[in-house]
Amino acid sequence: MSDITKDQVKHVAHLARLAITEDEAAELTKELSAIIGFAEQLNELDTEGVEPTTHVLNMKNVMRKDEPKATITQEEALKNAPDKKDGHYRVPAIMD
Amino acid sequence: MNFETVIGLEVHVELKTNSKIFSSSTNAFGSEPNSNVNPKDLGFPGTLPVLNEEVVNYAMKAALALNCEIAPVTKFDRKNYFYPDNPAAYQISQYDKPIGEHGWVEIEVHGKKKRIGITRIHMEEDAGKLTHGDGDEGHSLVDFNRQGTPLIEIVSEPDMRSPEEAYAYLEKLKNIIQYTGVSDCKMEEGSLRCDANVSLRPIGQEKFGTKSELKNLNSFAFVQKGLEFEEKRQEKVLLAGEEVLQDTRRYDEKTKETILMRVKEGAEDYRYFPEPDLVELHIDDAWKERVRSEIPELPDARKKRYIEELGLPAYDAGVITNSKQMADFFEGTVDHGADLKQVSNWLMGEVSAYLNKHLKELDDLAITPEALAKMINLIADGTISSKIAKKVFAELVENGGDPEQIVKDKGLVQISDEGQLQEIISKILDENEQSVTDYKGGKGRALGFLVGQVMKATKGQANPPMVNKILLEEMDKR
Repeated sequence: MSDITKDQVKHVAHLARLAITEDEAAELTKELSAIIGFAEQLNELDTEGVEPTTHVLNMKNVMRKDEPKATITQEEALKNAPDKKDGHYRVPAIMD
Repeated sequence: MNFETVIGLEVHVELKTNSKIFSSSTNAFGSEPNSNVNPKDLGFPGTLPVLNEEVVNYAMKAALALNCEIAPVTKFDRKNYFYPDNPAAYQISQYDKPIGEHGWVEIEVHGKKKRIGITRIHMEEDAGKLTHGDGDEGHSLVDFNRQGTPLIEIVSEPDMRSPEEAYAYLEKLKNIIQYTGVSDCKMEEGSLRCDANVSLRPIGQEKFGTKSELKNLNSFAFVQKGLEFEEKRQEKVLLAGEEVLQDTRRYDEKTKETILMRVKEGAEDYRYFPEPDLVELHIDDAWKERVRSEIPELPDARKKRYIEELGLPAYDAGVITNSKQMADFFEGTVDHGADLKQVSNWLMGEVSAYLNKHLKELDDLAITPEALAKMINLIADGTISSKIAKKVFAELVENGGDPEQIVKDKGLVQISDEGQLQEIISKILDENEQSVTDYKGGKGRALGFLVGQVMKATKGQANPPMVNKILLEEMDKR
């Protein structure tokens, strides 16, 4: 069974934009390790030659025709926006 | 030490389907902000994606035209990241089973042909558009019209060895995709975007050097210039005994330099996983062959046909087929009965010059293939001179119309009437006795002056060979 580290927990929390305390990180490290350990039981099975399952539904090629439909207006689109300007959503600047 | 440049390109192409890839919103450029959106595009909870069949057809068409193998089973994956242009906090893309792999295009640089490999082509959705600045410090504006626009990303092998090869590859790629009709490939409208990876290695070394990624390349010329700058910058770093850092840079059009955006620390962590809201896509041979049969004649085949069947010079055939619009215009004009080589000359000359000067596309011009054919035939039958034709062309290109009518309305018909020309020439000789004497005294230049006077008197409409002939005859008589 492979344990995950506290640093990995902090990294995953950051990727999910979750602010966690040191105590929470310690607790989550234990819990996540246990969850992964549980899932790892599956490794006991021999899956040689078995295609990975990418979807639980046994369906394929679900598609629609290329026909545009108008649903909502600009006004409706922006109705719940906390901040807007000139028909745009207005957000804090993020420059990279 | 001598270095070898290694370049690979990632090209995003917007597909011009009517609706978006995973929602029924209209797929259009230049609409009012946030007017072509629906709850799915805005990432509202409870909305689900449904794949647009035409996107698969278009992606497959491009992949086949670029000699890719089509995956019999393909699927979509979720790429997770937070950014204001992406309301769902993930992009639906394809990770380990792209629709196309192992393709290639052939380029030609300095007469040498070379195959550039295409690693993969996958389908994905575009993100919204952010605008910064505009006097609103500290804020960005978001327009989600582009969110969900279907894209294909075309990843090349690191097969290019010079910025020139990269330019030729891009031209070829754009050209082939335009021929298939799945995208306009207009870099200025963002329907074709390019990122470039570039590194240097000592000649003879197999291992690649550390690469820089160039972004914000807004034209084919900037791709080449950015790569040329980067080649020199990295060479300087290496010759100084330092290491090139893996970084992301952008090309600055004003300073003509690449500017550091960020240094890469470790691999990006997008946590891809199979998209649970979409099911697998199976592409059987029948579907594949149906799409393949819809691919029109591609540029290389067309070039070959122009040379071998029409007898057009190889150079002309290359220039004409370099854009589908031009090749179609060429065929249209020839079909209307104009001489092949004359059509080619006009397209490569006056027409191209006009397009370059006004930064326009052939489709934007008012002139039709039929009108160009008529105009060329008016020159051929002597109704107008090639000099006058330029005036007719200027009118046709701006306002369209019928060349014969233009010639009539503007009184541009060439004067080929011998008696009429004789009269004009006699008068001019009377007025310029000194020039006649000079000519007879052996000053050849005087003839040019007299021809000029005749053309001036006829507003350029005199038939030039006849003017020459009659002038000489008249002077002999004196």
